[in-house]
Amino acid sequence: MAWTWFHRLASPPYVYSLAARLTPWFAWPAALLIVTGLYGGLVVAPPDYQQGEGYRILYVHVPSAWMSLMVYTTMAAAAGIGLVWRMKVAHAVAASCAALGATFTFCALVTGSLWGAPMWGTYWEWDPRLTFELVLLFQFLGYMGLRAAIEDVQRADRVSAVLAVVGVVNVPIIHYSVEWWNSLHQTASVMKLSKPSMPPEMLIPLLMTGLGFTLLFGALLLVRLRAEVLSRERAASWIREVVAGEAARA
Amino acid sequence: MSAGLTPALEAARLVMARDLHLAIRRPGEVLQPLVFFAIVTTLFPLAITPELAQLRQVAPGVVWVAALLASLLALEFLYRDDAHDGTLEQYALSGQSLTWLLFAKTASHWLLTGLPLAIMAPVAALALGAPKGSVSGIIASVAIGSIALSLLGAIGASLTLGVRRSGVLLSILTLPLAIPVLIFGARATQLAMAGEDIAAPLYLLGAIAVLGITLAPLAASAAVRISLE
Repeated sequence: MAWTWFHRLASPPYVYSLAARLTPWFAWPAALLIVTGLYGGLVVAPPDYQQGEGYRILYVHVPSAWMSLMVYTTMAAAAGIGLVWRMKVAHAVAASCAALGATFTFCALVTGSLWGAPMWGTYWEWDPRLTFELVLLFQFLGYMGLRAAIEDVQRADRVSAVLAVVGVVNVPIIHYSVEWWNSLHQTASVMKLSKPSMPPEMLIPLLMTGLGFTLLFGALLLVRLRAEVLSRERAASWIREVVAGEAARA
Repeated sequence: MSAGLTPALEAARLVMARDLHLAIRRPGEVLQPLVFFAIVTTLFPLAITPELAQLRQVAPGVVWVAALLASLLALEFLYRDDAHDGTLEQYALSGQSLTWLLFAKTASHWLLTGLPLAIMAPVAALALGAPKGSVSGIIASVAIGSIALSLLGAIGASLTLGVRRSGVLLSILTLPLAIPVLIFGARATQLAMAGEDIAAPLYLLGAIAVLGITLAPLAASAAVRISLE
C-alpha cells in the first residue's frame, strides 16, 4: 500500500498532470524568495568591509554553484532510479535536468569570473571552486552529447544513466583532487569565500536566494518534464485527449 | 582447464590470452599509441622553447597530458574489432560473467598500452630535462595511473559502443573523469623530478586504480549490455 505513490509516478499521464498542478507551487514561492532575497542582498545588506559593494554578486553566484551540484545529484539519482526500476519517467527527469544543470553551472562560472575581475584583478583564476565548476560543466556537456548521439530514446536513456551514475561517483574525487592540486600551487591571491562569521543581514538574503533558486529549479524541471513527457509519448492516445482538453480551455 | 580456477576466471584468462595473441600478431597497432606519445612530446619543445631549463618545468605536465591522450587514442583498439565481428555479443551471451571478461580485456589492454607507455614516459621526460634519478618514480606513476586510465576508458568505450564516429564524444566523456589521475600523476612525476618522496600522490593514484578495478568493470559491463540490446 505504502508504495502506491511510487508506482503511480511510473505513469506518464499521471506525472504529466501532477507536474502541471505542482508547477505554480514551486514557481510563485521561487519568484517571491528570489525577489526579496535580491532586494535584501543588493539594497539592505551592508557593504563588505574588505570587498565593498563588489561582494553582492555572491547572491547570484553562490546559489548557482549550489544548484549546479544539486542538479547533478538529482540527475544521477533519477538516472539510477530509471536504471534499477526501469522507470521511463525517471529517465525523463534525468534528461530534463541536464540542460538546467549546465545552465546553472554556466551562471556560476560567469558570475565567479565577473566577481574575480575586481577581487583578483583577473577574470580567470585557477581557483579550485571555479575549476571544479568548469569540470562539472564538461560533465554536463558530455552527458548531453552522449544523449544526442544515440537516436533510440530508450537506449540513450539507459546508456546516459550509466554515465550519470559513474560521474556522480567521480564528483567527490574530482572535488578533492582539484582542492589538493590547488593547495599545492596556490599563490596568496585567493580570498576565502566562506568567512567564519557572516552577519545575519548578509546571510539571510543568501539563504533566501538559495532556497529561491532551489524552488526555481523545481519549477523549471516540472515544465521541462512535461515537455519531455509530451515529446516521448507523442504517439500515445492520452496525449491527444490532453491536448484537445487544453485547446478547449484556451 | 588449469587447476583451481573458477569457470569465470578461466574464461577471463582465455579472453586475456586471446587478446594478447591477437595484439602480438599485429604489432603495428600496439606501436601506434607509443609513436603518437613520442610525437606529442616532441611538439612541446618545438612549440615552447628548446631550453632545457624551461622545459624541465613543464615536463611533468607534458608527459602526463601526452600519456593521457595516447591512452585515449588507444581505447579504439579495446572494443572496436570485437564489436564489429560480434565477438562482444558472444561474450555477453556466453553465460560467463561479462564483468570478468571485460576486466580481462581491460587488463590485456593495459598490458599492451599502459605498461609500454610507462616505459616510454621516462625517455620522454629525460629528453625534456628530467634528472636520471627520477626514472623509477616516473615509471611507477605512469604505470599505476594508466591502470586507472584504462579502466575509465573502458567505461567510456562501452558507453559509446553504439555511436558512429565516437572518437570526439569518447574524449569528452572520458577526459573530465580522468582529471584526478592527471593531477596526482603529474604531481608524482614532479616530485620524482625534484628528487623528493613521491609516496603520497602514488598512494592516491593507487587508491583510484583500486576503486576503478572494483567498480569500472561493473559499469562497463552494464553499458555493454545496454548497447548490445
